[in-house]
Amino acid sequence: MRRGAVIVAIAALALGLLAFVPWIADGYQLSLAIGILNYAVLATAWTLFSGPTRYVSLATVAFFGIGAYTVAVLGEVLAWPVVLLIALGTGSVVALVVGFATLRLSGVYFVIFTFGLAELIRQVVTWFEVNVTRTLGRYVFVDISQEQIYWQLLGLTALVFGAGYAIRRSRLGLALRVIGDDEVVARHLGIGTTAAKVALFTFSAGFMTLCGAIMAPRWTYIDPAIAFNPVVSFQVLIMALLGGAHRLYGPLLGVIPLTLLFEFLLARFPNHFSILIGLAFMAIVYAIPRGITGLVEQASARLRRGAAP
Amino acid sequence: MSGAALLQVDGLTRRFGGLVAVDGVSFAVGEGEILGLLGPNGSGKTTVLNLISGALRHDAGQVALAGEAIHGLPPHRVARRGIARTFQLVRPLGSLTCRENVAAALAFGRRRVFGTGAAAEIEALLDRVGLGGRGDALPEALTYIDQKRLELARALALGPRLLLLDEWLAGLNPTELRQGIELVAALRAQGMAILMVEHVMDAIRSLCDRCVVMNAGRVIAQGTVEAALADPEVVRAYLGDDDA
Amino acid sequence: MILLEATLAGLVLGGMYALVALGLNLQYGVARIMNLAYGEGVIVAAFAAWWLYTAGGINPIFGLALILPAAFAVNWLIYRLALTPLVRRAKLREQLEVDSILATFGLLFVVQGLMLVAFGGAYYSYGFLSVPVVIADVTIAANRLLALGFALVLGLALYLALTRTRIGTAVRAVAVDPVAAGLVAIDVRQVAAASFALGGALVAAGGVLVSMFLTFNANIGVVFTMKALIVVIMGGVGNLLGCLVAGLILGLTETFVATWVDPGLTLAATYAIFLAILLVRPQGLFGRAAR
Repeated sequence: MRRGAVIVAIAALALGLLAFVPWIADGYQLSLAIGILNYAVLATAWTLFSGPTRYVSLATVAFFGIGAYTVAVLGEVLAWPVVLLIALGTGSVVALVVGFATLRLSGVYFVIFTFGLAELIRQVVTWFEVNVTRTLGRYVFVDISQEQIYWQLLGLTALVFGAGYAIRRSRLGLALRVIGDDEVVARHLGIGTTAAKVALFTFSAGFMTLCGAIMAPRWTYIDPAIAFNPVVSFQVLIMALLGGAHRLYGPLLGVIPLTLLFEFLLARFPNHFSILIGLAFMAIVYAIPRGITGLVEQASARLRRGAAP
Repeated sequence: MSGAALLQVDGLTRRFGGLVAVDGVSFAVGEGEILGLLGPNGSGKTTVLNLISGALRHDAGQVALAGEAIHGLPPHRVARRGIARTFQLVRPLGSLTCRENVAAALAFGRRRVFGTGAAAEIEALLDRVGLGGRGDALPEALTYIDQKRLELARALALGPRLLLLDEWLAGLNPTELRQGIELVAALRAQGMAILMVEHVMDAIRSLCDRCVVMNAGRVIAQGTVEAALADPEVVRAYLGDDDA
Repeated sequence: MILLEATLAGLVLGGMYALVALGLNLQYGVARIMNLAYGEGVIVAAFAAWWLYTAGGINPIFGLALILPAAFAVNWLIYRLALTPLVRRAKLREQLEVDSILATFGLLFVVQGLMLVAFGGAYYSYGFLSVPVVIADVTIAANRLLALGFALVLGLALYLALTRTRIGTAVRAVAVDPVAAGLVAIDVRQVAAASFALGGALVAAGGVLVSMFLTFNANIGVVFTMKALIVVIMGGVGNLLGCLVAGLILGLTETFVATWVDPGLTLAATYAIFLAILLVRPQGLFGRAAR
């Protein structure tokens, strides 16, 4: 109990300090900070589901894009909170459909379905825009400043961590750990495995959708190719795995260095970017499969064993 | 027996391709009774347990727990109705501590106890199977018998009305076997009904009230242990020319 | 008339999907590698055929004779160098599945990036044998017929090799149970490597044949991977005949949707089929229920 209180206090303090960033930072630094928060939300939301269940989701950008595109379509028409709610609703419905179709079955079906999901939604949206609305590509005119984007993302980051912390301590969190360990045993212990997986997948997708919606005003122009860019799913996966997906704070350890590194690579080698991150990712998969947190835990376990008589 | 039976199995059948693994099996387990399920390897005993617990879907027949049909239910619903099982090869949750293994069953079984209210009960369950003080250990640190104890504690945490034990006493040394038999006997003394698949004859004789003997997917004898084992067809199944 | 034309076009496309999915079936069913960079093989081979034809004047049928062995060798190397460490590390089949998904997902971006650097994002095509042929009042391009013919020959050759030869029997044994196959003195690692490489050669063949009549660019590998995966699931993992039937169903559906609904919705049609399969028969059209 004491330890929980300390963690909450530290998190609240960090949050309070980070809220001041827009007054100190210049435009470039603020934009970097927004990038870091963006990926912090996405990678942590990814870990909420994929960490304990070990079901690899490749569909992050499908939900992110749904959020962003909702803003592009409705941003000017409706009040901002309403737009966010509609985005959240749409993303959740898609997640429910995907979840119920695939999560009853073995994990590989889920991976395959999520692998093509962003491309599917991109093509359907493109088709709809070309044939029905006849406006491929939209300008986002929403009166929201960079500072406001930052604060919203900071709030969302706090929410995703708070939710993750609460889930870990809840029955649902325990259920997911059991499922990740042995799904057959989980069922015989009375766990409705499909319901638990679908619930958490939808929850995680909701955060991704909101993140996309909040980020949308950063672009003045959005088309399906921008909103559903597969590289985003890939980057989120790399960051989460580098940090370590079995801890809630793990992805954060991957997000900060990799956002900076990707920023640098994209500026320096724009044409070779996807080759470089592909190689970086393979290096992580081969060399540190359990991520930075895994390395640290291994090292500390070795130290403890060494210190013991 | 049929009116008061806790578990009633009628004409249970399951095919794997052309093979009829379980063929019209019928039997009943009474309240507080220990029923042994016997038979040579491959006779379909574990398949029966898998059908009752919902791990496999049945092709024909009925299973009822306290008069309510449970056949066709998915495993988690069967578990919540009050049937707990152990596995032939132990399956502890390796990334969870012993305490968490038990906590999971307590949280999702019939009892649905979770959080601070569960702590005392978890310790009591671990004590009951002889794992007191090992709550923080990971299953890999336990001996084989202790892993079996853990699995039993986990099954009991579901708050079952009926316990399915799949060769729970197999592979133990004589001392462990004596302890294991005492543990199961203690459960019966507390009124737990048990259906046990078992090969260890000492255990069967000292624990089972009655037994059912299977061969090639069918029930070939049932009744008291002595009577069933003396049945000519049972003798033939174990020692006879075609199956030995 | 349109119906006949669309049916024929659908059969040609379906034959390509079946061929491409056969290769994936070998890689996933035998070598247990879930290869997300699979469709990139189609595109790399298509670019190779395009380059041979436009720069060297080598027609794609001769190109096939060069590209197939090269693809076999490259995929062999990929398995030996990049995937063997994962195979060694994995204790369980599920572990290898997850690891191979991740590693090949990275590989996808590397290969795609290399092609983008070399060719940019533009669409490519070339005119080889694009002369109309009339069969029973239906007009079809000669290159499509040729592609279908080659796909049938390759598919049949694979089928015979797997069912009639010693090596083919070993391959099928590994697909069913790698542990038991090892016990009867089959070198499981070699068989897995060979199957992976052969799968890579088949997908390259698919790429060369497709390039004769479809336009392609560096980004569309993902779509081929997706379609191959869906065909394999629909037909049932390890089921060659199922693969053929599922491939044809997919090709016909897409062509019909493109002809009568809208070409922009072909992937949506593919996904609709996928969804239906998952909801009704996840074990595949010809598979047996697991539970």
